Amino acid sequence: MINFEIPKKIQAEAQMADMVAKQIMRPISRKYDEGEHERPVEFTNAMWPFLKQQEKARWAKIESGEVKPERDGPNWTILRLILMIEILSWGDAGIYLCTPNAGLGGAAVEAVGTPEQKERYMKRFSTGEPKWGAMAITEPNAGSDNSSMRTTAVLDEETNEWVINGEKVFITNGKLSLEESDGFCVVWATIDPDAGRAGIKSFVVEGGTPGVSIAKQEHKLGIRASDTVALHFKDVRVPFDSVLGSPDVQKTSKGFKGAMKTFDASRPAVAASAVGIARAALEFTQETLAEEGIVIDYTKPKHQLTAVERDLMEMEARYRGSWLLTLRATSQLAFGESNRLEASMCKARAGEAVTWITQKSVELLGPLGYSRETLAEKWMRDAKINDIYEGTKQINLLIVARSILGYSRRELK
Amino acid sequence: MLDFRLDEEQQMLADTVHRFAEEKMRKEFREAEELGKIPDDVVKAGWEIGLLPTGLPEEYGGFGEYSAVTNAIAMEEFSWGDFATTLRILGPNLVAMPVYLSGTDEQKAHYLPMFCDEAMPKVTAALTEKAIQFDPRNLKSTAVLDGDSYLLNGAKTLVPLAKDAELILVYANENGETQAFLVPAGSEGLEIGAKGKWMGINALPTYEVKLNDVRVSAANKLGGDAGIDFTQILNHSRIALGAAAVGLMRAGFEYARDYAKQRVQFGQPVAQYQSIAFMLAEMAIDVDEARLLVWEAAWMMDQGQDATAETTRMKFYLDDISVKVADQALQTLGGYGYIREYPVELWLRNARGLTHFDGIAMI
Ligand SMILES: Cc1cc2nc3c(=O)[nH]c(=O)nc-3n(C[C@H](O)[C@H](O)[C@H](O)COP(=O)(O)OP(=O)(O)OC[C@H]3O[C@@H](n4cnc5c(N)ncnc54)[C@H](O)[C@@H]3O)c2cc1C
Repeated sequence: MINFEIPKKIQAEAQMADMVAKQIMRPISRKYDEGEHERPVEFTNAMWPFLKQQEKARWAKIESGEVKPERDGPNWTILRLILMIEILSWGDAGIYLCTPNAGLGGAAVEAVGTPEQKERYMKRFSTGEPKWGAMAITEPNAGSDNSSMRTTAVLDEETNEWVINGEKVFITNGKLSLEESDGFCVVWATIDPDAGRAGIKSFVVEGGTPGVSIAKQEHKLGIRASDTVALHFKDVRVPFDSVLGSPDVQKTSKGFKGAMKTFDASRPAVAASAVGIARAALEFTQETLAEEGIVIDYTKPKHQLTAVERDLMEMEARYRGSWLLTLRATSQLAFGESNRLEASMCKARAGEAVTWITQKSVELLGPLGYSRETLAEKWMRDAKINDIYEGTKQINLLIVARSILGYSRRELK
Repeated sequence: MLDFRLDEEQQMLADTVHRFAEEKMRKEFREAEELGKIPDDVVKAGWEIGLLPTGLPEEYGGFGEYSAVTNAIAMEEFSWGDFATTLRILGPNLVAMPVYLSGTDEQKAHYLPMFCDEAMPKVTAALTEKAIQFDPRNLKSTAVLDGDSYLLNGAKTLVPLAKDAELILVYANENGETQAFLVPAGSEGLEIGAKGKWMGINALPTYEVKLNDVRVSAANKLGGDAGIDFTQILNHSRIALGAAAVGLMRAGFEYARDYAKQRVQFGQPVAQYQSIAFMLAEMAIDVDEARLLVWEAAWMMDQGQDATAETTRMKFYLDDISVKVADQALQTLGGYGYIREYPVELWLRNARGLTHFDGIAMI
């Protein structure tokens, strides 16, 4: 039954994120944009005790056997997360990315890890100091075409350890997870370069592992508060059972696909972040224009609207459309339905919409929009990343196109 | 609780309408457009699906409760079949809907039962005026109270089926507000003018209507003394038209998608070229996004919330993207898209036309 209402309980929980966004993130937004590579401690220190407590409660439930694998009805955990991401990104998208949690790496462990692996890698997020998780797929020569990656993992049969060698770039939270905390990074590498996709496996590399080094911290257009690094792996040894899923090279590319499954949740997550920035820019534009007496009169016919009013209305429609596409992909996950197509749809659309909306905002606000005294120009810079990571817009369109046309990867390149 | 799935009844309705659209509307719509007439049996069969009675309460002979969401679902499927035929079949809604939303108890009791009859009532509504600056909330046609009756004056255009209509709901400006009046055919001073010649939607005959001192009893003012809630009527109308736009977009998208898969150039289907494939992907996203925007506004209306902002921005946005998608569908077919043997050029004309229908209320 078609219904657009977010469950009340989840709405109430979102209020806490709203408070963090307003009271903690917004006041430091500009500070960490200018102080690139500094950790936003106001935010991380505020979030950690709360997230730690949540993890602790989750583990208590798992250990007491309270979590039943078969549930009745939708699982709204994912919706809660998506809502939180939207709100925190409204606060500041770069700072949001510094949330001390297992992040994308955690999603991979949860998606394909064994129960032992989950306990070994995830439980640390319920105790001690702040920690981060990361995921390293991209390489200098393997971006969109990530299956051509060259980082290798070779089994040393004497010690029963994997030896990882290679280079990864653009890794979000790479430094926070590997150097500045006892977190971990899920590193993708091939165990058989001739096997293509089938040879690609993911390995958990823990913080402080010898041989890992930060080769470079990137200087970026936006989301400057977010930690983005290049990683070098030189004879990095990890235990045999740090490989996620099966270590066999199968004929099929099942392992690769398993890891790809994390995209079903991470693409709506990126879309939600995009929507949060879009809403920030939209609200600020509306408020500022209202001070100048420009408020949309929805009872006017289209041809009596000014160009500014028309733009504003289109910004509203596109913001809303992206959010609804995101909520749809999210609700499919909650209902346990496949959302591969819809996850790419919302990601492609939201990344494009937020790029346009924030650019329009800077345009409509004139000198005020371009000024670094307000946040509009920053949101325009932050927005663009959503058109790029978790699959560029083109890559997501490719996925949508293959799906609607019934084409294989070979038929539509 | 957040959910984007049709319930069982909605799915059944969608399937029924879709079957009709595919088996009947899609078979006749091209000829109907060229001849300017929709076959009677198609209209009859469409009416017999009974969308209107499913949205009217039992006391008036219906068997349901009105839901803007359910209506949008049906509307999309109808319009996927053909937009002009949809307007023809759902023409009676032009009167039924405003009466249901704004009529007095007496007016409802008097007028609504005929919409649950087997025979399609011959009624229509006159809102649009021939003005570039047309504003449904600031009409040029006037209504002036004179004793216990109203005098109506003005000129209307795009009035569907006016020639055969027995009753016309005329919208006019009374002291700066849009009000509606039930005008019987043959009223003195009511003049049905020339049949309109349009770029598209010609299967549905529309007429100019002139009102020269047409006198109607004050009892014929919709909503009695209080009048109508025009914004609410307009909102419902825009949702219905939005859903129709989604149906049109989807028709174009699906046709282009299937065509591109079988049209071979340079040794492979053109769908295998990214510039075509990506265009189709964007079209697919446009269709889904548009539908969600329509449904959200409709759902808000069903919850009794004010959805004026949502409805307005949805309609204006869809006006743009429905024409864009229709154009992209045509582009996908290349030269064949320009040829009248193929449906897509008509869909482009209809999409353009749809943006000019504003405030023509339909359930
Ligand atoms: C700030 C930031 C954070 C990031 N975080 C992470 C992270 O945490 N972990 C991680 O693994 N990666 C991360 N990335 C990497 C990101 O996922 C890649 O940048 C992205 O996948 C694109 O790869 P590329 O940069 O090599 O571009 P390329 O793949 O070289 O693409 C160049 C252009 O070609 C287009 N293109 C490529 N292939 C096709 C095709 N088949 N059809 C049509 N067009 C195509 C692309 O859309 C793009 O426009 C991050 C990147 C940035 C900038």
